[in-house]
Amino acid sequence: MPDGTVWGALAEFRNPAALLEAARRVREAGYRHFDAHSPFPVHGLERAMGLKRSWVPLFVLVLGLGGAAGGMLLQWWVSAVEYPLVVSGKPFFSWPAFVPIMFECGVLGGALGALGGFLALSRLPRHHHPLFASAAFERMSDDRFFLSIEARDERFDRRSTVELLSGAGAAHVELLPLPGKEA
Amino acid sequence: MAVADIPREPGAGVLPDVDPVERRPLLATGDPGFHGVTEAVSRPVEWKPPVGWYVALAVSLAMLGVFGVAIAWLMWEGVGIWGNQVPVAWGWPIVNFVFWVGIGHAGTLISAVLFLFRQRWRTGVNRAAEAMTLFAVACALTFPGIHTGRPWLDYWMLPVPNQMAMWPQFRSPLMWDVFAVSIYGLVSLLFWYLGLIPDLATIRDRAKSRVRQVAYGLFALGWRGSARHWLHYERAYLLLAGLATPLVLSVHSVVSFDFAVSQLPGWHTTIFPPYFVAGAIFSGLAMVITLMVVCRVAFRLEHLVTLLHFDRMAKLILTTGSLVGLAYATEFFIAWYSGNQFELFAFTNRATGPYAWAYWIMVSCNVLSPQVFWWKKARTSIPILFAVSIFVNIGMWFERFVIVITSQHRDFLPSMWDYFRPTFWDIATLLGSFGLFFTLFTLFVRFVPMVAMSEVKGVLPQAHGHGLGPFADEAMDPALDPDRGARHA
Repeated sequence: MPDGTVWGALAEFRNPAALLEAARRVREAGYRHFDAHSPFPVHGLERAMGLKRSWVPLFVLVLGLGGAAGGMLLQWWVSAVEYPLVVSGKPFFSWPAFVPIMFECGVLGGALGALGGFLALSRLPRHHHPLFASAAFERMSDDRFFLSIEARDERFDRRSTVELLSGAGAAHVELLPLPGKEA
Repeated sequence: MAVADIPREPGAGVLPDVDPVERRPLLATGDPGFHGVTEAVSRPVEWKPPVGWYVALAVSLAMLGVFGVAIAWLMWEGVGIWGNQVPVAWGWPIVNFVFWVGIGHAGTLISAVLFLFRQRWRTGVNRAAEAMTLFAVACALTFPGIHTGRPWLDYWMLPVPNQMAMWPQFRSPLMWDVFAVSIYGLVSLLFWYLGLIPDLATIRDRAKSRVRQVAYGLFALGWRGSARHWLHYERAYLLLAGLATPLVLSVHSVVSFDFAVSQLPGWHTTIFPPYFVAGAIFSGLAMVITLMVVCRVAFRLEHLVTLLHFDRMAKLILTTGSLVGLAYATEFFIAWYSGNQFELFAFTNRATGPYAWAYWIMVSCNVLSPQVFWWKKARTSIPILFAVSIFVNIGMWFERFVIVITSQHRDFLPSMWDYFRPTFWDIATLLGSFGLFFTLFTLFVRFVPMVAMSEVKGVLPQAHGHGLGPFADEAMDPALDPDRGARHA
């Protein structure tokens, strides 16, 4: 593959320990645009790769509070403004009776925030990706562990990057083409 | 591996398979390895199902047909086809509703509460339990939808602008119920789907035909198992579990408010919320056992859903069953201690009145039958587990029957007293709701991986990354992952 048509390199590992070690080496070699792929979360990987904490909790907090506030606001507006009705001699805005629905709406908001935050931060759904061009990558969701380094990383060099990955214990390394640029 | 080989805990007489690092019994027996887990769980989704599956589907569909006919007749003729009649205005539809909502509580308990308590054995059964929750909630939601006999007016319960310029009355527990149960169903669906994404990707990656690749790929959302994906995924999963835990407690509390907020002796008690929640978890676990006993054999998952899992669930059944028994006793104590003659009458009438047969079925099934689980032999015996789970299912249906029917049938005025009898259509509707439940579950085991593969792989000893690989010694270096010890503690 000529330069400019390579998306990156993909290395396959046989177990989580090898992946952890390789991730640490790649990071220490100064790479930034690399990722690991595994069939289950390998603990310690975020540390080995130097990943920051997830921002999903912020989504949950904002949408959870928003949902709770929206739930209370809805009940206040319906019961005290739009359709004021005396029920059991209670005031129009009898807020203690509105707490259960406020709580449920808050949970709904938080749950949508968790799923939505996860999707947004993971940039999913994305049904096409250069990694899917690799046949070996099909075992990512089964029993193999992968490390990918993108060509856009300034340290990426076809020969030295592949050597680094092989030297880190990769069972198999391949170069993946940029979509639309396949030779 | 034969089932008889498996009683694996210290003291069981057989040397247990223990995790070499964590020194706890292995959750998957026979060392399946990562690939073995994938194969075992994907098989039912990919292979031609056994004849038994078609039989199960046919029976379920027939029962679902009964449900359709019962509902169609209800809409044509009205609620008069049921046994509901003053003084028993809330009959079987409400009994069935509360029964199904209760069943629908074990999924979230296993998924969320046990997740927060770091109970790793949940991984073998959580997927099926969550699916069961969804289907039970679907059955439950049918009953409030149809019990007025006018399902086309159901939108009155939703806060939507309408031509009548009317709005719902949010001070009513019935409105709280609408929100609690429907939001519970929705959040359970989100939780279930989030857990499914990595496994759908597995089925996508293994797909041989284009149709399967697209169908599963569409729902797998392009999952690449990236470390960044997992980072956000795990955080989202933890938070969803944290949200679902108070939610599951609130839902059956709100259902109990339907009764407790009313002024009827037998319903108007403060013990209802915790008592309903314990009963709900109790009945749901029983349904999980009933289903998993069959599925693990039918789909050869005995090594992933082991006797260890059943042992743990049986302990939970014993706990919640005894809690329910304590609640029954407390109700009687309070009825006597209150000095309120109507309250005392309602409870004496329950245990000794015309519905005493139902009351004692309830007590025998719910309080007495789980007591066999004090013995480990019973907790690891498939026939006993299955029998007790069926008893508990029956007992919990009768609990709702006792609460709903006996509290109403003898009103304050003896001239109002009556004896409720179900009609043919009451029975057909209940049977039909089981048809809906089993149809959905039968389709689920055929088209969706019924064990959470990615989670089971994560609790295999190989997943720790110790003693493996070309650089295992360096990978075990504590400096690389200082909190490894804490994670595994």
